[in-house]
Amino acid sequence: MKTLLPVITVSLFLMVIWYGFSAILNSTWTKDQANRAGVEVTFSEILRDTMVQQRPLLPAPHQVIIELWDTTINKKITSKRSLVYHGWITLSATLLGFLIGTGLGILLAIGIVHNKAMDYGVMPWIIASQTVPILALAPMIIVVLYSIGLAGLVPKAIISAYLSFFPVSVGMVAGFRCPDPTQMDLLKTYAAKRSQVFWKLRVPISLPYLFTSLKIGVAASLVGAIVGELPTGAVAGLGARLLTGSYYGQTVQIWSALIGSAILAATLVGFIGLVQKYTLTRMGFAR
Amino acid sequence: MISLIFVLLFWCCAWGLNIYLSSLPPNKGIRVAIPAIFGLSLLVIWEGTVRAFDVPGVILPPPSTIGVTFVNNLDILWIDLVQTVFKGALSGYIIGCGSAIIVAIVVNRYPFLQRGILPLGNFVAALPIVGTAPIFVMWFGFGWQSKAAVVVAMVFFPMLVNVVQGLASTDVMQRDVLKTYNATYWQEIWKLKLPSAMPFAFNGLKICTTLSLIGAIVAEFFGSPILGMGFRISTEVGRLALDVVWAEIVVAAIAGTLFFWIVSLGEEKVTFWYPSHRK
Repeated sequence: MKTLLPVITVSLFLMVIWYGFSAILNSTWTKDQANRAGVEVTFSEILRDTMVQQRPLLPAPHQVIIELWDTTINKKITSKRSLVYHGWITLSATLLGFLIGTGLGILLAIGIVHNKAMDYGVMPWIIASQTVPILALAPMIIVVLYSIGLAGLVPKAIISAYLSFFPVSVGMVAGFRCPDPTQMDLLKTYAAKRSQVFWKLRVPISLPYLFTSLKIGVAASLVGAIVGELPTGAVAGLGARLLTGSYYGQTVQIWSALIGSAILAATLVGFIGLVQKYTLTRMGFAR
Repeated sequence: MISLIFVLLFWCCAWGLNIYLSSLPPNKGIRVAIPAIFGLSLLVIWEGTVRAFDVPGVILPPPSTIGVTFVNNLDILWIDLVQTVFKGALSGYIIGCGSAIIVAIVVNRYPFLQRGILPLGNFVAALPIVGTAPIFVMWFGFGWQSKAAVVVAMVFFPMLVNVVQGLASTDVMQRDVLKTYNATYWQEIWKLKLPSAMPFAFNGLKICTTLSLIGAIVAEFFGSPILGMGFRISTEVGRLALDVVWAEIVVAAIAGTLFFWIVSLGEEKVTFWYPSHRK
């Protein structure tokens, strides 16, 4: 309740600004049309027209919501006009990439924690790999993998994986190093093997870090999947909706794809948040 | 076959050397040498495997070819760099981060706004903002202005969230001291809140360096004049001139690393008092 009211207020405020901007931006077109037709338009007529244009510069929120409703509920999900269909294509690439990236990230973190040479040698490159604007690689990865016969899901998933492995590996290195000396000493007095230290101490204690990194990672892999869809010539997926929308000036379609991907991102992050809350409460981390 | 054996041999030697080096008492030279050897051995593996299997250049050019292309095309690469990084990414970065700091100061004044903006900002920061690129290209045209706008949209919220958290990180004690000094609102901002927000702000600034490059490059996929790194990458991929693409990626990597490095230098200078930077 303490955060709900402010959040709603700020959201409403943003909504009002959105309406305001769409009225201002779209009014030029209305005035142009009126000029050509040689009629005078009143302020209220302009206002009404800016809210219902076919190809507005900035669609009003309700237009986007109607388009969203239209393309999800009113279409069969197998139809190529359905946003659910495109969303699923993006989602499957996201999830596959997220799985690969998370697995790779955790493996790297295990190696880095247990091997000094890897820690010194690989860690700087992992960090450096993120200062490279990797999305720039996306078109090349797609084209190259296509030329060796891989198309569709896998290339997009690889881009997703690349984007999501970094937060996971960095977070898990921090998490695996979390046990303090007294805890390590205790296990040493038990003559615990390295694998036992790993499974009984490092893994449980790193779970809060894991969930935090998973949230960042899943959002990143969605971005990767969407961008991965751009250079394939816009076949299917949310990224393709963005691209075709921008080719044909279908702004409502762009915005609905954008909001659709926002909802998808929020659902994914929210789902991980739920699992996090449940797991951590059961494990006694939550206070 | 010979090159493949050489690659394997080189890899084993480099790995052995690294294991030996990491067992020595660490000093600065070793900390630089180990990643350098690792990077070098990756390059050798790349070069060797490409030669051994005769991988065609349209799939994966060897590093040596990329190096030659890089040197031969310095003029084109420089023009693209200026267009994308200096005009697009940097101006958007400055506008976006600057306005985020101003908004954060306003938000900090009103706790009600702060409670509303933080969850929303965290939400928006996780969204695929890159998707706004086609919209901004439509609004601001093909020039660098639309790229700067995408960058502003991408860096604003991560920066805002960080600075708002940073401004709120002062404790009651510190604020009370300033109150007993009868400090004005602006004195409190300048002398207490902004300095203590700096570690958070630099965290945001560092995240935003990469975001700004990504934003500027990806926005060029949606339309650009006939120069720019994103434009070059997408057209040269179409022509299967992958060595040029890789040369652009090298430029992007260098620019990204330098940008990040400059911001971290600033961080060390400004937040020398922060626990994780104390020497």
